[in-house]
Amino acid sequence: MDFMLTEQQKMMKKLFSEFAEKEVKPLAAEIDEQERFPRENVEKMAACKMLGIPYSREYGGAGADYLSYILAVEELSKKCATTGVVLSAHTSLGTWPIAQFGTEAQKQKYLPDLCTGKKLAAFGLTEPNAGTDAAGQQTTAVKDGDDYILNGTKIFITNAGEADVYIIFAMTDKSQGTRGISAFIVEKGMPGFTVGQHEKKLGIRGSATSELIFNNVRLSKDQLLGQEGKGFKIAMMTLDGGRIGIAAQALGIAQGAIDETVPYVKARKQFGRPIAKFQNTQFQLADMQTKVDAARWLVYDAAMKKEKGLPYSVEAAKAKLFAAEVAMEVTTKAIQLLGGYGYTRDYPVERMFRDAKITEIYEGTSEVQRMVISGAMLK
Amino acid sequence: MKKIVVLVKQVPDSTEIRVDKVTGTLIRAGVPSIINPDDLAGVEAALQLKEKYGATVDIITMGPPQATEMLKELYARGVDNCILITDRKFAGADTCATSSTLAAALEKNGFDLIIAGRQAIDGDTAQVGPQTAERLNIPQVTYVDEIIDLKENSVVVKKSLEDSEEILEANLPCVLTTLSGMNEPRYMNCNDIVDSFNKEVKILTFDDLGIEESKVGLAGSPTKVHHTFTKEVSAQTETFNVSAQEAAEMIAKTLKEKQIITK
Repeated sequence: MDFMLTEQQKMMKKLFSEFAEKEVKPLAAEIDEQERFPRENVEKMAACKMLGIPYSREYGGAGADYLSYILAVEELSKKCATTGVVLSAHTSLGTWPIAQFGTEAQKQKYLPDLCTGKKLAAFGLTEPNAGTDAAGQQTTAVKDGDDYILNGTKIFITNAGEADVYIIFAMTDKSQGTRGISAFIVEKGMPGFTVGQHEKKLGIRGSATSELIFNNVRLSKDQLLGQEGKGFKIAMMTLDGGRIGIAAQALGIAQGAIDETVPYVKARKQFGRPIAKFQNTQFQLADMQTKVDAARWLVYDAAMKKEKGLPYSVEAAKAKLFAAEVAMEVTTKAIQLLGGYGYTRDYPVERMFRDAKITEIYEGTSEVQRMVISGAMLK
Repeated sequence: MKKIVVLVKQVPDSTEIRVDKVTGTLIRAGVPSIINPDDLAGVEAALQLKEKYGATVDIITMGPPQATEMLKELYARGVDNCILITDRKFAGADTCATSSTLAAALEKNGFDLIIAGRQAIDGDTAQVGPQTAERLNIPQVTYVDEIIDLKENSVVVKKSLEDSEEILEANLPCVLTTLSGMNEPRYMNCNDIVDSFNKEVKILTFDDLGIEESKVGLAGSPTKVHHTFTKEVSAQTETFNVSAQEAAEMIAKTLKEKQIITK
């Protein structure tokens, strides 16, 4: 394993880091406080060609490697986890299935607008009764001539309402179980497709999370993504990649919390000296950074395996499991080191702590990641 | 299509420089290099002209081979051609030798408009742009804060002085020196980053320029540094026992003399 970034990846990282510092950081507290979707960040990312990083130039992407995209999520999430997940959900969950499973016509129709940021993408799998047990889909797509009629409800959908293109999973044949699930490309504004209430969340409060409601939405056969009955496989494969994105988000949150903590402990004086002079502070910081660096190796390893076309499902699960738990631990410790100040909204570690929690839950809970990892060990 | 050439220098990031307390010299080791801010504004101004009027934007820099990294970053912002003038014979150049070398490279490359940053943050001389114009025997406008119009045979600019502004029109070709506050330089972008690794940085050496050896590098540099020291700042205080009215007048007069206020 060689994690020395290439010159190109280093230049990408420099762009993302400057962009996050100058454009994303100044808005982070405000969008959290107001629970406001950072549309301006999406437009600015589009200007820097960040919305289609790993996709080919032919379809409007940057034609860069997968790790460069992961670096973008990491750098953004250091300053604002909301912006990190907006990019991750768009790139990994919304755009990737079309790039991977779409027909040439579907790719031509959707990818250029998605990669250049004219349109934003989202992914709808979760339902009120189908969370971790994603196979329990109750949304249906019933054949009507050449069309499908879509009915059902998706919940907790990232970028809901803000996105223009949605990858939606529905039962086309209930008798077939998971083999009866199909994937569809649904566009905003289609008759019968509405967005429900915004969820009020603990963290990533600027991210738009809502219900999607489908009431007799008529879909043409051109909107079927992949073959009928292959939807569950498409969903699982998409989530494998999405997990690397969320792992990068968790990694960014954790490193961001350390980056806030180090200058604080150097400046904050108690008992006549900076608290950085106390061994407790030093040892806490050492543990925090060591774990974050270990998480970074797992995340980059998964990203590089995906880039090289090697199996990465288990690596993605390990990366997300570990990075998410490290993000919780490190943000908890960061607040402790900042003490009472860290508990207030005057310092960003409070927000980072709230933002970290979701990384243990969405795109597969930590328990699901453990199932994936142990499943591969015991098969 | 007009050929705009921007002269750029890679400099140490002065916000990261520390001074060795014993020797009093700058500690440059480990200090990151950046694109000189006034020059980056010049690049942005050139890219905006390209977008508005259609033009090619070439970059010329003189420096060691590691300046290639900076040039790649300029490709990643959308410039068309990057040229690095590099040769051991150019080492130790002061502004006089630097402008001779740049002028030779410019003549070789061709130009319709030359843009240089007002000054570099490491030397602060503000001499290279004007000297280059003199050597090429073309007009120059320094302290340019805005490029208002690029015409067929001239350019209209706003020159910013401490207490006033001038709108000037200069015949092309000419040299403009730009101020870092004139625009917000664009970010690199992912597409151009990828493409920058497929673009060549053109290298020009001493042999390519056809210039006399006595005019470049240390040999061509009349500037000799005899001694460096840290300037002591001492506040001199005078006390006056006067009325409030007189005090106000004295303060206003002094501020005018020092050109801090103008009216």
